[in-house]
Amino acid sequence: MATAVETPGLGARAGRLVVDYPLIPLVGLLMLLVAVLEIMQPGIVNERWLSNTLKFAIPLAMLAACQTLTMLTGGIDLSVGTVATIAAYVTATATPLIGAPAAIGIAMACALAVGVVNGIGVAFARVHPLIMTLGTGLIATGCLLVYQRTVISTGTVYPDLLVWMGTGRTWGLPNGLFLFIPFALLILWAQRRTGFGRLLYAIGSNEAAARLSGVRVWQVHLALYTLSGAIAGLTGLLYLGMVKTASLSLALPLDLPSVAAAVVGGTSIFGGRGGYGGTIVGALILTVLATMLTLLQMPEGGRRILYGAIILAVTALYIRLTDRS
Amino acid sequence: MSRLLQANAWTAGLALLLVVLLIATKLIQPDFGASGLDSLARAALPFALATVGMAVVVIAGGIDLSIAAMMAVASVTAAVLMDGASDGEAVFAVLGVLVLGLAMGALNGALIVITRVPDIVVTLAMLFVWQGVALLILNAPGGGAAPWLRALVAGGITIPGIPPALTEWMPRGFVFLAVVVAGIWVPIRRSKLGLMFYAVGSDAQAAYRSGVPVGPVRVAAYAVCGLFAALGGLAVTMGTGIGEPIPGPYLLASVAAVVLGGVVLGGGRGGILGPILAVLVLRLVRMDLTLLSVDPNVAAIVEGTIMVAVVMLGAVLATRGARHGNGG
Repeated sequence: MATAVETPGLGARAGRLVVDYPLIPLVGLLMLLVAVLEIMQPGIVNERWLSNTLKFAIPLAMLAACQTLTMLTGGIDLSVGTVATIAAYVTATATPLIGAPAAIGIAMACALAVGVVNGIGVAFARVHPLIMTLGTGLIATGCLLVYQRTVISTGTVYPDLLVWMGTGRTWGLPNGLFLFIPFALLILWAQRRTGFGRLLYAIGSNEAAARLSGVRVWQVHLALYTLSGAIAGLTGLLYLGMVKTASLSLALPLDLPSVAAAVVGGTSIFGGRGGYGGTIVGALILTVLATMLTLLQMPEGGRRILYGAIILAVTALYIRLTDRS
Repeated sequence: MSRLLQANAWTAGLALLLVVLLIATKLIQPDFGASGLDSLARAALPFALATVGMAVVVIAGGIDLSIAAMMAVASVTAAVLMDGASDGEAVFAVLGVLVLGLAMGALNGALIVITRVPDIVVTLAMLFVWQGVALLILNAPGGGAAPWLRALVAGGITIPGIPPALTEWMPRGFVFLAVVVAGIWVPIRRSKLGLMFYAVGSDAQAAYRSGVPVGPVRVAAYAVCGLFAALGGLAVTMGTGIGEPIPGPYLLASVAAVVLGGVVLGGGRGGILGPILAVLVLRLVRMDLTLLSVDPNVAAIVEGTIMVAVVMLGAVLATRGARHGNGG
């Protein structure tokens, strides 16, 4: 027994490595997937492919930021797809009426409003975030349908800035990086270096302990879900510039992959562990995986099954690994 | 009598609320009668079955987020199997779908017990899996339903010897619901298994120490939930005549009805009658909004807001209860 403690088995050591430095195996997995992709279709991995992969990974990684931050406290935000769609749709339809800046302002206000309602439900009523965000998503979808009736004849205009950001390229790389790199740095800095970031980890690890040490948990929750709504709204704006269609289900297909990206990236869905660095790699992994599935002509149903299975398998794996250490 | 009322005060209150709403409906729409009751029964049936399934799992201390997706799987499976099938084949299709529901629920439960991942995460992942399965079976609404099955929930019942003027006030949808609940839940509730559901739900540790096989009981609770989800999916197909691969808003509606029905999220307390009454209350509110010629999308917003408010209220009460329970 004593020797077993001194020289832990290979599995346990690998497990500790995965738990302590999730980025190493994640980047390895990403490289492996890219290699498999190159074998499946030789010559596909080139500069253009890299640029496209980054372009499509950016909105996913941004939505996954909402999931990462909320998951750090043991929550989740399932309303992000709806919020992003609303922000995009409102921007596209309100621009011809009131101009781009005002339209974007209104769109972000809507996104913030949903976030605030989520925050109120989680912070004060202590509803499980999953149920709460599902409910607000449903209500917000209803509001979007009502809104759609009022603007059915106005037509849509996509603000130039968003189109430039969504579709333009600089030195072969997507312009979305101009938004994403500062955004990612800000989130990484906030989660590591600010009090707010540390409070997220504290609440996720042990909410009762955090409360007893004087943390006003409700303030953190309220700020967190409002922030999550804002990020989702911002993602919707970027996504609108990317796809240049205002539909009522624009960003909804990103809902599920955003949860999967955060989970794959090593953020524990129970809170207290993980970070945004892993999530970015997770989003890249899922984007590469999506390319593969497209090559294999996997139907939408098969993809959903796969994403669900990934979430379950990765969570079960993390539980097993952390139990051992 | 008074003690009985006191013990079931919540349910009695709901019944009273339902009566008030029925009177309000009659005031809004003076010719609201047997046909109105029938359309209420048909609209409420899938919601009621989903709610019963959810209530069973919640009583046993869990939650099943995949319930709407399982209903979609059952609905499309039934519609695909019954499309162009004879009446006899349709019977087997229905039985097959019910077995499928049991299997789906049991798989959910088994994954929770085996992986030790919390129920909310497992069933969230399975929500996506079942959604995918439903889409693989049927990519767009389609398929068919056997005419006898559709007739099972349409119109009033006919009992020989009782005048139709009386029986038309008993919509088949309600009778179907009553038969299903009496046939499945009541025997379980009276058996040892039902007691074990409540035991595991109120304190899994204590139940384990008193010799309750906690794992298998959990799996059984999810299997029962799956069975009711399959019935709910069948009810969707019965009502519309086609299979729907995209799940309706049954998840949030069933959670809201369970909470409104007096079943405590966290488990161990509550019954089935309360949630069923709660479903009827929620459906009737929706129906009144339609009768008041409110825009259906606005009605959906109002309904969603009511459901979220109910869940929020329930969570507040549950937190209060937990605090009092801990003596603090």
